[in-house]
Amino acid sequence: MQKRIKEKALELLNTGVVDRVLGWKIGEFFYDLTPAVFETAEEVEENFVYSGFSGANLSKYLIAQSRAGGKVAVFLKPCDSYSFQQLLKEHRILRENVYVVGISCDGMLDIEKIRAAGCDGVIAVKENVDSLEVETLYDKKTLNRNDCLLERCLVCKSKKVVVFDEMIGENGEEQETARFEMVAKLEAMSPEDRFEFWRGELSRCIRCNACRNVCPACSCEKCVFDNDKSGLRNKAAADDFEENLFHLIRAFHVAGRCTDCGECSRVCPQNIPLHLLNRKYIKDINELYGEYQAGADMETKSPLTNFTFEDCEPSIIHERGGV
Amino acid sequence: MSVNEQFQPTIVAFCCNWCSYAGADLSGTNRLQYPANVKIIRIPCSCRLNPMFILRAFQKGADGVILCGCHPGDCHYTTGNYYARRRMTLLFSMLDFMGIERGRTRVEWVSAAEGAKFAATMNEFVDTITKLGPNRRLEDLRCRKE
Repeated sequence: MQKRIKEKALELLNTGVVDRVLGWKIGEFFYDLTPAVFETAEEVEENFVYSGFSGANLSKYLIAQSRAGGKVAVFLKPCDSYSFQQLLKEHRILRENVYVVGISCDGMLDIEKIRAAGCDGVIAVKENVDSLEVETLYDKKTLNRNDCLLERCLVCKSKKVVVFDEMIGENGEEQETARFEMVAKLEAMSPEDRFEFWRGELSRCIRCNACRNVCPACSCEKCVFDNDKSGLRNKAAADDFEENLFHLIRAFHVAGRCTDCGECSRVCPQNIPLHLLNRKYIKDINELYGEYQAGADMETKSPLTNFTFEDCEPSIIHERGGV
Repeated sequence: MSVNEQFQPTIVAFCCNWCSYAGADLSGTNRLQYPANVKIIRIPCSCRLNPMFILRAFQKGADGVILCGCHPGDCHYTTGNYYARRRMTLLFSMLDFMGIERGRTRVEWVSAAEGAKFAATMNEFVDTITKLGPNRRLEDLRCRKE
């Protein structure tokens, strides 16, 4: 896959179809792949990397890149393409300046899971179809690939690239998965237990803002958390209220626009399962206002910018079953 | 006397300028009584209520927050309260999901002619919050007096 993608990047640059390529390069470590812009064929040859660690969603960078002059090529995995289409729908990306190469995806790897499987000091990971050959400082291990996937890939909602100019590999289909399982499990708990659960998770938050910065939906030019006068500007949370408030507002701002790409949880340095908050909104929207998948098409109105006369009353929350 | 009976909750009521705020006025001119725990904040439309306002109210020491707006279909701006209805439903659901007591937030539609409904709603809401006790799950410790 890496070879085909790299060749495509070179071809697009050499034939002058695009002026830049948006892809991934190695960051601090080999498993720490960072989005990068490549302007010349030499740069691509030298630094372009695609592997199981290319989890980063590139669509957000196109907001700036599509306005930077010239044409830019981008590689989008199926889940990234939903974010891309959602941003197109919101008129954030100039489509004519972007050449989208869709790539099929077998799920991305989670270095934390590889570490948890007893691999300390990982220096190389070789990917096979079903297995991973992990080379550490001390020995070599073979792991099952499916055990090391990111949480979002285990419950992948779609293998379909929804918008592309060209595909590498086979385009897949949407699929039914148990992605709301954990949300349903939490809903079944008592309010006290839920409160304890979220305190346990959110109290780890260090307010690094990575979840906000990486989120394709969270790309307002002015953010309430950057406003000096709001009293909420970028700073460590002073107490548990602020932790709650930040995450409540962050999730609410992307409600109805979140495509469930799972980037927030992937980048969280404290491993807070932030996607659960977004999924709760998606689940509620599906149940109360009808099935909706953000970014799946260009026409449907987002549930929060829409209404019907027959909508349920907010009191439904107090009246519904459960504890 | 139990602790709860002594407890005086702080309630923030966000009232739409065009209906509930006038409804509160009407209940006043009709000499209908509702507890002084209710602090009314006037907003131009129920749709103006940013979720942040609700969280801020809790941060600053509110024990309960209620939003009063025009009945669906009667919005001064035609459709504002329909949007508010969806937003508040989702927000309340999320607060519930995070383990905040369900009773602390409410939406009630009160028209300018429903002074009696306003007073009755507030009496009942203050009652509910008094029973629930102080807001401990969504408070800013720095704002606590003791």
